[in-house]
Amino acid sequence: MDRRDFIKTLAAAGVAVLVPGLARAANYGRLLILVELKGGNDGLNTLVPYADPNYARLRPRIGLRRDEVLPLSESLGLHPSLQALLPLWQNRELALVQGLGYSAPNLSHFRSIEIWDTASKSDEYLAEGWLARAFLAVPPAPTFAADGVIVGSQDMGPLSGGRRVVALSNPEQFARQARLATAGEGGKGGALGHIQRVESDIRQAAGRLSTGGASLPTEFPAGAFGNTVRTAAQVLASGAGVAVMRLTLNGFDTHQNQPGVHASLLKQLAEGLTALRAALLELGRWQETLILSYAEFGRRPKENQSGGTDHGTANVHFALGGRVRGGLYGAVPDLTHLDGNGNLAHGVDFRSMYATVLERWWQVDTGISREALRGRFPLLDFLA
Amino acid sequence: MVFMNAIRNFLPALFFAFQATLLQAAPMGDADARHLLTRAGFGAAPADVAEWSGLSRQQAIARLLKALPADSTAPPAIDYTPPSRLRAMDDEARKDFQREQRRQGIEARAWWLERMLVAPTPAAQLHERMTLFWHNHFVSSVEKVKSMRLMLDQNQLLRRHALGNFGELLHAVSKDPAMIVYLDSATNRRGSPNENFAREVMELFTLGEGQYGEQDIKEAARAFTGWSIEPETGAFRWRPYAHDDGAKTVLGQRGNFDGDAVLDILLAQPETAVFVTRKLWREFVSPTPDEREVARIAGRFRGSGHDIRVALHEILSSRAFWATENRAALIKSPVDFVVGTLRGLNADVPDSRALALLLRTLGQDLFAPPNVRGWPGGEVWINSGTLLARKQLIERLGRRERIDTTAMLDPAWQLK
Repeated sequence: MDRRDFIKTLAAAGVAVLVPGLARAANYGRLLILVELKGGNDGLNTLVPYADPNYARLRPRIGLRRDEVLPLSESLGLHPSLQALLPLWQNRELALVQGLGYSAPNLSHFRSIEIWDTASKSDEYLAEGWLARAFLAVPPAPTFAADGVIVGSQDMGPLSGGRRVVALSNPEQFARQARLATAGEGGKGGALGHIQRVESDIRQAAGRLSTGGASLPTEFPAGAFGNTVRTAAQVLASGAGVAVMRLTLNGFDTHQNQPGVHASLLKQLAEGLTALRAALLELGRWQETLILSYAEFGRRPKENQSGGTDHGTANVHFALGGRVRGGLYGAVPDLTHLDGNGNLAHGVDFRSMYATVLERWWQVDTGISREALRGRFPLLDFLA
Repeated sequence: MVFMNAIRNFLPALFFAFQATLLQAAPMGDADARHLLTRAGFGAAPADVAEWSGLSRQQAIARLLKALPADSTAPPAIDYTPPSRLRAMDDEARKDFQREQRRQGIEARAWWLERMLVAPTPAAQLHERMTLFWHNHFVSSVEKVKSMRLMLDQNQLLRRHALGNFGELLHAVSKDPAMIVYLDSATNRRGSPNENFAREVMELFTLGEGQYGEQDIKEAARAFTGWSIEPETGAFRWRPYAHDDGAKTVLGQRGNFDGDAVLDILLAQPETAVFVTRKLWREFVSPTPDEREVARIAGRFRGSGHDIRVALHEILSSRAFWATENRAALIKSPVDFVVGTLRGLNADVPDSRALALLLRTLGQDLFAPPNVRGWPGGEVWINSGTLLARKQLIERLGRRERIDTTAMLDPAWQLK
């Protein structure tokens, strides 16, 4: 069953997937790259409210001092390990969106990332990822190699339950191995049905993802995230159509001895993103790319006794790209009004970020966007 | 009339019960034997199928669940390195140490795989399977624990209790040094609680998400204060001065609880038996637990004082376990796929270290689950990358290609 038939079947079954009268088009020529900061990045030590006395009070050991941060404003500065991102900030290609979160926050890694991935409410359980739902409503072109490519994780995240998603670590090797995938009969349910779908996705993607050995002049940093970014750049260098890439950087669950670990992670992140930008400029795609970070939650404002931080709530995220209007967005975290767990209140629903992607970046019809996100969320203004 | 209706309703039920009894007493035949051996162990070697097909289902289940003589194979001798010694190392010494750690990591994984590959009987294989099941339930990872010695000790603990009593297992693993490190119990002290263990023990080890509140976690974390390890030896250490002995309220009960008391409160909740039974169902029966059956089996499990054998007996004897629609309904884990395929083919494995590395590519690096929730399993095992890697292994086996350690020279295969 192909996608169109699938949608027809759903429609025939009375499932309101299609809203009649809406333009079913999207500008998937524009690429979205999601970067997952897995474990829950510490937003307060990423974009540091260094002038807030409450910050110093809550973080006597792991707090960053005024003379340590890279100041962006009178009150906020970047963690020093994000040095590599400063030129982008100065170039106004980097936006920081503060206070992203949701009501009644869940502090479990798994449940909270599920909420972010499926764009659900805190007490709502949805099976499909938000991108899978959007692609079901407005599918990327069948000539694309894949709707989504996952690098650095086995987990499908916001693409789970969707079609035409491949996870890979090396595009050349992927193309070579793909000859092992065979055409199945299709139409099976359950475990076998899943395996057949993956097999068909592989066959579709394989032919188109090979770079033919072309190499980019870009230099990529060493380490796991450097490799992930390199793989992403190779996929794009093939010229194959892809609507979304999702990259993962692991290790942000910093319950103890946070400073060293966090500094090293942010350095990897900043240098990886800078290399990715260089590669996209090389490929002439920087103008048509939006990079967004996300994570299950931020971390608790008050440091713990192990020199680390426990699970928090609202968080700051990065938006980078040729069409990004650099600057500070969202709501500055209020360290004086913490909830019963000592956590921040959110100022911007995370689904506003997604709505901005759907409506402003991909220019999907508002009605379809609201359908996919199951609600109406104010748009953010970080795109030119 | 009422009487006739009762008869009419009762007869078919009687007939089915009778039929079921017959089925359970008759020799089960090849197809059933293969199903049982594949699900309860790893693969089904032709000789085992031939032998077990003559047993009835109930005989077979009883034989699977019979107590085994302890496996006396000692794990590789790996020393515990205290953090103080680590700190004292210069760069050169630290590099040597890291190289040695990588070697030990591969040795330990190969040792565990070897246990699964050579487990002599289906009962021994079930024991291995349950050891792996508990590794994926009471998750710890060497990536955080940093000591393969502690991970191997935990593995021995899981082995001892694999088919024992769930309550005893819960108490033991909660004080296991690898777990103490993995979920930050050592830094959970009076006045400065670290909630990591308290949260995960409720969410992932006993009750399941949504069965407790944030306040329960905070109070339980206080009860768990004082559990720590001795950094010089890596042994469990009770630190009374770090323990908060004040009153706590956990799940509506109030008292001056310590950690063991909170574990007992969690065990007493009916949700715990349900949560564990559901997980066993997904391991042995199907991805979609039948909630009525789960409730029934969990009731027996709880009634037995959480005897794991009782739960397994109920699951393997259930109608659902044998139902046609639940056959070929589970996606095998990479370990199950690799060990089962090799056993099923009687393939020769000269070096299980190579398999340990292969498993990482397939998405199941032993001793290093991705996070505290463990490997999610099911359809998540299969994506474009892992499916191709599985097909490659089959292709190599088909060509009778040697699965050896040459692949380890490939830096992509290097274990951290």
